[in-house]
Amino acid sequence: MRDMNEVEELRPVSQTTQFIVIKLGEEQYGIDIKYIDNIVRMQHITRVPKVDDYLKGVINLRGEVIPVMSIRIKMGLERDVETKSSRIIILKLEQQGTIGVIVDEVREVVTLENERIEKVAYDSKDEKANFLSGVGKSDGGLISLLDLNAVVLESV
Amino acid sequence: MDVSQYLEIFLDETNEHLQNLNTQILSLEQEPENMDTINEIFRAAHSLKGMAGTMGYKRMQTLTHDMENVFSEVRNGNVKVKADMIDVLFQCLDALEEYNTNIRESSDEGTNDNNALIKRLNDIMAGGSDSESSASPAEAAPAQKANVSAGENSFAGIKLNENQRNVLSEAIKLGKSVYGLTVKVQESCILKAARAFLVFKAVEETSEIIVSDPSSQDIEDEKFEQHFSLIIVSDAELDEVLRAARSVSEIEDVTGSVLNLDDVSSDEAATEAASESGEAATQDVQTPVEVPAAAAQPAEAPAQAPAPAANTPAPKKPAANKPVVNRTVRVDIEKLDTLMNLVSELIIAKNSLVSASAMSGNSSQAVNEQIEYLESVTTSLHESVMKVRMVPIESTVNKFPRMVRDLQKKLGKKMELYMSGEETELDRTVVDQIGDPLMHLLRNSADHGLEPAAVRKERGKPEVGSIFLDAYQDGNNVVIEVRDDGNGIDTKAVKNKAIERGVITPEQGEAMSEKEIIDLLFNAGFSTAKVVSDVSGRGVGLDVVKSMIESLSGEVEVKSKLGEGSTWTIRLPLTLAIIQALMVEIGDEKYAIALGSIQTIEDILPSDVKLVQAKEVIQLRDLVIPLIRLNEILDIPSKKDAGENLVVVVVKKGDKLAGLVVDELIGQQEIVIKSLGKYISKCKIISGATVLGDGEVALILDANALI
Repeated sequence: MRDMNEVEELRPVSQTTQFIVIKLGEEQYGIDIKYIDNIVRMQHITRVPKVDDYLKGVINLRGEVIPVMSIRIKMGLERDVETKSSRIIILKLEQQGTIGVIVDEVREVVTLENERIEKVAYDSKDEKANFLSGVGKSDGGLISLLDLNAVVLESV
Repeated sequence: MDVSQYLEIFLDETNEHLQNLNTQILSLEQEPENMDTINEIFRAAHSLKGMAGTMGYKRMQTLTHDMENVFSEVRNGNVKVKADMIDVLFQCLDALEEYNTNIRESSDEGTNDNNALIKRLNDIMAGGSDSESSASPAEAAPAQKANVSAGENSFAGIKLNENQRNVLSEAIKLGKSVYGLTVKVQESCILKAARAFLVFKAVEETSEIIVSDPSSQDIEDEKFEQHFSLIIVSDAELDEVLRAARSVSEIEDVTGSVLNLDDVSSDEAATEAASESGEAATQDVQTPVEVPAAAAQPAEAPAQAPAPAANTPAPKKPAANKPVVNRTVRVDIEKLDTLMNLVSELIIAKNSLVSASAMSGNSSQAVNEQIEYLESVTTSLHESVMKVRMVPIESTVNKFPRMVRDLQKKLGKKMELYMSGEETELDRTVVDQIGDPLMHLLRNSADHGLEPAAVRKERGKPEVGSIFLDAYQDGNNVVIEVRDDGNGIDTKAVKNKAIERGVITPEQGEAMSEKEIIDLLFNAGFSTAKVVSDVSGRGVGLDVVKSMIESLSGEVEVKSKLGEGSTWTIRLPLTLAIIQALMVEIGDEKYAIALGSIQTIEDILPSDVKLVQAKEVIQLRDLVIPLIRLNEILDIPSKKDAGENLVVVVVKKGDKLAGLVVDELIGQQEIVIKSLGKYISKCKIISGATVLGDGEVALILDANALI
């Protein structure tokens, strides 16, 4: 018994990652918290002409002009319907800079141990899967973890 | 020592010193006798040498050291300033500039020793010494030697004038001893001037300081390396004096010896002097040592006592001698951008507050007053931040006099550059980029504009051509004019050339107005110089000038009168961050169009729209202008019915015009330009965005991309 305890104590504390859980339709998605700069309420988005469909336009965030995109359109889901719980999550990415993404709802922050994150296999048939970096298991159910680089990557 | 962290400062300061040297040497050419200028040059060369030495740039140090030597000789009156010397000096500056560029690029000074230049510098010095009167060779040699070795016993190189000699001989008569001291300050010493002062004080307890080298003023200003030398008169033993001097901390070594008067070189042969005048001179010489500023008082210096040679500059201009303390801070431009953004944010917050208070309807007097107060504060804050980004164009235009001087030699024409308005301020980024276009225009004026002296004489003009560079602020613009009194533009020659080059057809040439022909000069690959020189005429000039200025949101135009000269006018916005724009509405979206590109605004009947080659055009004062329906380009349904009058904003890109059809005009507004970011870069017709008073974002249409 004693030995067992010792072994457990010696085991390194498992790495954890924090995710913000958002909802798109009925499904829950997780966004790595380290990329999130801010979460703002839905506001007027100024349309920019002659750009891809998923680029909804630009907003004014404290004097900065920030592009906003729709994850739904990018992932091939139905178009966004603006509700009271709609939010724009402001992401800060190394390559693309600051970008806002529209989500239906922001639910909570979860802390996932890395062991509880499973990689998803690449599946050319499942378009949605290409935007995921893994699936996390939490008390609230399964969370699809978004691969942000794939989400914001400009479609060619 | 790791000096990389100082590299930036070193480069900045080197640039400043080089610029300063350029300016001063130019003025030295005009007034070869001006002591102030010579001193200024000496100081700048000296600082450069010191800085290069600290940073370990040996070649740069050697070159500046030799330059400094030349100036030191000039300062002492041993060498006269001559034209060829100025040339050599300018070449030295160019060489230094090259070192500086190398250092900036690779933090290494390169391998060019510039031995030829150094030799010429030494020739100048040697030439100067040789031509000296019989008394001086003896003195020039030790002085030089002392300078080169910069070390032991350099007190032997100190020169004495008659009065000082008298003082010394007087002192010897009174049974005092004359000592020479050389003090070496530790390399690591930071406050050299303070240490030197302590040495002076220690020595003065037992002795009288007669001469110091460098002058006491220079020592006080820390204008010496590690050594300084003194000649003192003392009752005490040499050892005692040395001990006193050595007791000062951070002094590495003090060497000294008893001096015989004959050992000391002098400006003039010693003569017998009455003890009275000797007494008076003692006072006179002492004064600058103890209270340097007081030496300026002429009352103490009787007519018979010329101030000691080394001290001349000090009493003359104590104010200019002390470097004016620069009350400035170097700030990274990025930090200013951040500050600017925060201020914009504040303004937007203020605007929302205003509209919120208006909306709520129950705004009290007090709230309104506070909002008005906030408004005035934010406006001033905004203006101040904008001002911080503004710098005088001086830093850019200061190099032009030198350039014109070089051009004069190269082209064999006589010319003079007159500048005014160097203090005119522009946004930092604009100032940095305006240099090249201006240089092109000046070269153009010098090469193509001004006639050779003989031709000028024939035409009854002064032989020396004039080029003017004037800058001034005009409303929200800054205007820079380059003007010359040369030949002006020969439109016939331009036209023929254009036809020859196939830029236009002969028929087109016939129909062109004079102005249109002049505008041809801005075409790529156009040069009217009959002979291609390395000054201009490579065919890449004016078109580059034009595109550079346009990239700064400016414009350039030419006025010219054949035989009388031409004027090139550059008009630049005060800043790139804020522009005047016309706000328009298309559908229910708002767009901004830069006011600079707008020609006119027209109200057009639908029946006036004609079709030419299936494209809509309107006719306006004999011009056929294509119409661009913005609602179609921007994919917005128009709010207007087909039968209604069209609101057409006529915009200009170069010579081309186009009419932009909008739904409604909102009005003119000053807008802060924000980038859309690289994420949305596909949209070519939008040049940026701006945040409106109500916090909404409006896009800025790029008229150039639309045409």
